Amino acid sequence: MTLTATRPLTTSRTARKSRSGDRFVAWAFLLPASAYVVIFFGYPLVANVVMSAQDYTVRSFYTGEAPFVGLGNYAAVLRNPLFTTSTVNTVVFTAASIAFQFALGLALALFFNGRFLGSSLLRSLLLLPWLLPLVVSGAVWRWMFDQDHGVLNTAVGVFGIDRIPWLSSTSWALPAVILTNIWIGIPFNLVILHGGLRAIPASLYEAAELDGAKPWQRFRHITWPLLRPVTGIVLMLGLVYTIKVFDVIMVVTGGGPANATQTLTTWSYQLSFHDFAFGQGAAVGNILILVATVFGLLYLRSAKATLAEVAS
Amino acid sequence: MTARLKTIAGIVIVAILLFPLYWMVNASLQPSGALLKPDPDWFPVEGTLDGYRSAIGSQGGHLLSSVIIALGTVAVSLTLALPASYALAQLKIRGGPAFVFVLLIVQMIPGIVMANALYTVFANLDLIDSYLGLVLADSTATIPFAILLLRAFMISIPKELTEASRMDGAGYWRTFFSIILPVSRNAMVTAGLFSFLFAWADFLFAVTLTTGQSFEPITVGIYRFVGNQSADWNGILATAVLAAIPAAVLLVVAQRYVVAGLTSGAVKD
Repeated sequence: MTLTATRPLTTSRTARKSRSGDRFVAWAFLLPASAYVVIFFGYPLVANVVMSAQDYTVRSFYTGEAPFVGLGNYAAVLRNPLFTTSTVNTVVFTAASIAFQFALGLALALFFNGRFLGSSLLRSLLLLPWLLPLVVSGAVWRWMFDQDHGVLNTAVGVFGIDRIPWLSSTSWALPAVILTNIWIGIPFNLVILHGGLRAIPASLYEAAELDGAKPWQRFRHITWPLLRPVTGIVLMLGLVYTIKVFDVIMVVTGGGPANATQTLTTWSYQLSFHDFAFGQGAAVGNILILVATVFGLLYLRSAKATLAEVAS
Repeated sequence: MTARLKTIAGIVIVAILLFPLYWMVNASLQPSGALLKPDPDWFPVEGTLDGYRSAIGSQGGHLLSSVIIALGTVAVSLTLALPASYALAQLKIRGGPAFVFVLLIVQMIPGIVMANALYTVFANLDLIDSYLGLVLADSTATIPFAILLLRAFMISIPKELTEASRMDGAGYWRTFFSIILPVSRNAMVTAGLFSFLFAWADFLFAVTLTTGQSFEPITVGIYRFVGNQSADWNGILATAVLAAIPAAVLLVVAQRYVVAGLTSGAVKD
């Protein structure tokens, strides 16, 4: 009798105590990570905005002085002809990379979704290009693009085509870095899309086959619509990653020749770390953030369901 | 198409897509002179390890620097991410969902913006050319990823398990160390692997936050090697092979963790 009477009392008291204890302890566990986020994301972001409004040069590091110039850096950047060049390059690089990565990744995902001997082993081998350091992939492709000794020109020579000046011609350099980036991005698209394909119930295909649907019809009316949520996520993630590609371009072309492969990312690097115009570099960086945020929000909107699950 | 034809087609596809990697290994085993012939040798018939000798001679120190940075990044990332994930997944915390949202957002910040700002901060703190500086910078990419991945896993740990441990008189720390960590081993390995791979492959922070005066990560080593027009492709690609080894080894020994990390956050089964 006494037991049953006291029990709810004690549990509710301990529950209350543990709930307030919970809150305190939870914060203690979260504190190091949140302090890190504030210091290493919050501060740099603010510093970047402040810097973009200052004439921040290499002298500023010694004197500690960086005169306020308001929107001067943004004006200078927008007036610079390189702004148009690198924006156009960024758009072309991103759009072409994503279109081909996605198309090839989807084709491969469909192919490897079939059951045959070795399909999962072969599929996992294809992950390798994605896991390699980008600098390594860049170096390999630079060697293959070599005008006189590169294997790509040997290959096109078979078809009687003259040696292509891949990296020294302003019209070939951008396609060359795009080609490299497509190769790097295929595995990511393949794996995610393959995961999406597996989630489509096989019974749907069986039913469609019974109704006499051709392979193309099955793709058009079952695979494509049911894959859409995954497609959206892959494309948006691809966009967010591709906009900020740096390593590949730096190793393969360094942004050249004559800025033919300069993107907003490499240009921002150029301004800050070659011209030591840190204020202008920060301004370009902020423009890049703006673009990435717009696409990022689009991504979050398309991934709302996933997000709701993550945040629950 | 029969299953056997599909297997053959699959092998052909993989061979084409992985050809650049074969070409890298092939060139890393041929003397520089042979690489400059008009028609390339498709197999390293006159194989030589000279490239590897020169790679280890000139880049060995850089490889070691990268190992130190990568291990440091793993240590820092897991030390900060594990307790945070426990708090976010198992202890009800006000502002938890907001924090998760912030982590999702900061992952989208372009690295060049971080590098630009960190450079000015690090210059004042004397963290340029320092291992600590690079580890902290690399962790900006790995910590949000690690927290999101570990948290997603820890949510699935039944609350009964942790509550039972607390009933038995274990404190939060005991519960964290003796229940949460052992149960989360797999997710921990995945988070650690990806932190290692990221820091190992990092080029942006490496090239902006070091000047090459005291040490140089391997990615910067390769970049400068490629850039100095020596056309010693044998040495360059031997170095590239060495730098690719961790990724290849991890794919072989830890493939399921790799796939888990790749698909996390993108698709949920």
